[in-house]
Amino acid sequence: MATGKVFKYGDNVDTDVIIPARYLNAPDPAELAKHCMEDIDTAYVKRVRPGDIMVGGANFGCGSSREHAPIAIRASGASCVIAASFARIFYRNAINIGFPILECPEAAAAINDGDTVSVDFDTGVITDETTGQTFRASALPPFIGRIVENGGLLPYLKSKLDKEAE
Amino acid sequence: MGMTMTQKILAAHAGVESVRAGDLIEAKLDIVLGNDVTTPVAIDVFEKAGFTRVFDREKIVITLDHYTPCKDIKSAQLCARARNFAVAQEIRHFYDVGTVGIEHALLPEQGIVGPGDCIIGADSHTCTYGALGAFSTGVGSTDMAAGMASGENWFKVPSAIKVTLTGKLQPYVSGKDVILHLIGLIGVDGALYKSLEFTGPGVAALSMDDRFTISNMAIEAGGKNGIFPVDEKTLEYIRGRFNRPYTVYEADPDAEYEREVVIDLNTLKPTVALPHLPSNTKTVDEAAGIPINQVVIGSCTNGRISDLRVAAEIIRGRRVADGVRCIVIPATQEVYLQCVEEGLVRTFIEAGCAVSTPTCGPCLGGHMGCMAEGERAVATTNRNFVGRMGHVKSEVILASPAVAAASAVRGCVASPESL
Repeated sequence: MATGKVFKYGDNVDTDVIIPARYLNAPDPAELAKHCMEDIDTAYVKRVRPGDIMVGGANFGCGSSREHAPIAIRASGASCVIAASFARIFYRNAINIGFPILECPEAAAAINDGDTVSVDFDTGVITDETTGQTFRASALPPFIGRIVENGGLLPYLKSKLDKEAE
Repeated sequence: MGMTMTQKILAAHAGVESVRAGDLIEAKLDIVLGNDVTTPVAIDVFEKAGFTRVFDREKIVITLDHYTPCKDIKSAQLCARARNFAVAQEIRHFYDVGTVGIEHALLPEQGIVGPGDCIIGADSHTCTYGALGAFSTGVGSTDMAAGMASGENWFKVPSAIKVTLTGKLQPYVSGKDVILHLIGLIGVDGALYKSLEFTGPGVAALSMDDRFTISNMAIEAGGKNGIFPVDEKTLEYIRGRFNRPYTVYEADPDAEYEREVVIDLNTLKPTVALPHLPSNTKTVDEAAGIPINQVVIGSCTNGRISDLRVAAEIIRGRRVADGVRCIVIPATQEVYLQCVEEGLVRTFIEAGCAVSTPTCGPCLGGHMGCMAEGERAVATTNRNFVGRMGHVKSEVILASPAVAAASAVRGCVASPESL
């Protein structure tokens, strides 16, 4: 469960604006967080508070494969990203590091910048507390759910390989 | 029901008879790739999870190509981390300054990837190897770590878009124009989660370098991969380079496609993508005259020998326009040496171009050509997002090597035929 204020962006938010390549030479999460979104919203890192929620349109996270992008968003304090759709590498990366993302075109369209929104990660129910509207994000497939439950891809893989070795 | 080429390769690597779009599978990997930006993060994840040895030192490739030769101390630290790991793990395909080239030009050239392979790379343009009839896709650092640890990874079997090519490209029209045109047609998320399956009578007339350029930018349409059938040209390309046994897969006649796009190569014009999306395409004639400050000819998209030959042919005997900086970057050491031996380096230098050692450098605003506020480049690279090549208020126009070279000479977006 997370509740926070919404930072809303448009379609095709690319990984170059989530974390510009000029900062990739220092991949420490706290360093990356300092520059998150700065090429489209210099105010984001000053205003974001732990638990806040990022909302995007279609194809969120398109472009480079840099895992630094979901790492930067998480380290900035955001609790999750809600979008109409996600670019596939960003989607994989978020799942693989255990960072919650919710695909929900209705919520992405209706929620306004600055609204207070709460998200129930177990049910996928998204509530816009400012407007009173509720939405339901599509559920993760069971296989992907197992990766997230294990805390990410590597812990999942380690437990699977350890079981096979027994 | 039949399968696409991509689906057949995935089924074979998952050890199952058949797969369908949407299936979640775990597949064996032939090659796992990372670079100086993504490998250090993958090593952190790998070690934190308690892994100590890579699954197979022959099947991992590490290329230090993005910020090299190192632009600053921070990137030197990243390279050192990747280098130490590669040495300790005895990674066979480790490429450092002196041997390194831009990964997606280097791996095919060195015969590391081939038809029927299942490949992941922690770099979004890993989809390039689809040109060889491989399933190849970009992933993140955690995926690379998983691949290095186990030799496997999970995939959602993609549905497909069939791209049927007919006819033959006109002079000064190239693979870059084909893929920019396609992205303009279907949009930057037109192939989201899907494979682009190139087919049709037009394929035979496309050079391997054109096919690499087309597959390379499948990701710019959101695609998971972009794959070509294997033909005589593919086999000729891998002869003498690629020594592993390989399987040639063909799509079933009743394979299912969500959509078909037909492109008549005869009618294609040189195409550019204006800021700030690769889908913002115009013909070069529609964009002609836009003033520029910089030209970049190179990258994993267009730094191969045929790209540089076309650029040199246009630049030969001419001068780079006053006020324009033209940076030429051969993608690999082999390409660089060919450029020297064929006199292309002389041509570029005499025209006033800067010729660089292989690096991804300016494509991602890393180094070797970052732009200042208000500046604009024509580049043969693959992305023109906000701030991609430097200052947040600089702009990138994507184009072919022919258009880039003509633009360097004219000082504005220009068609090669206008010279």
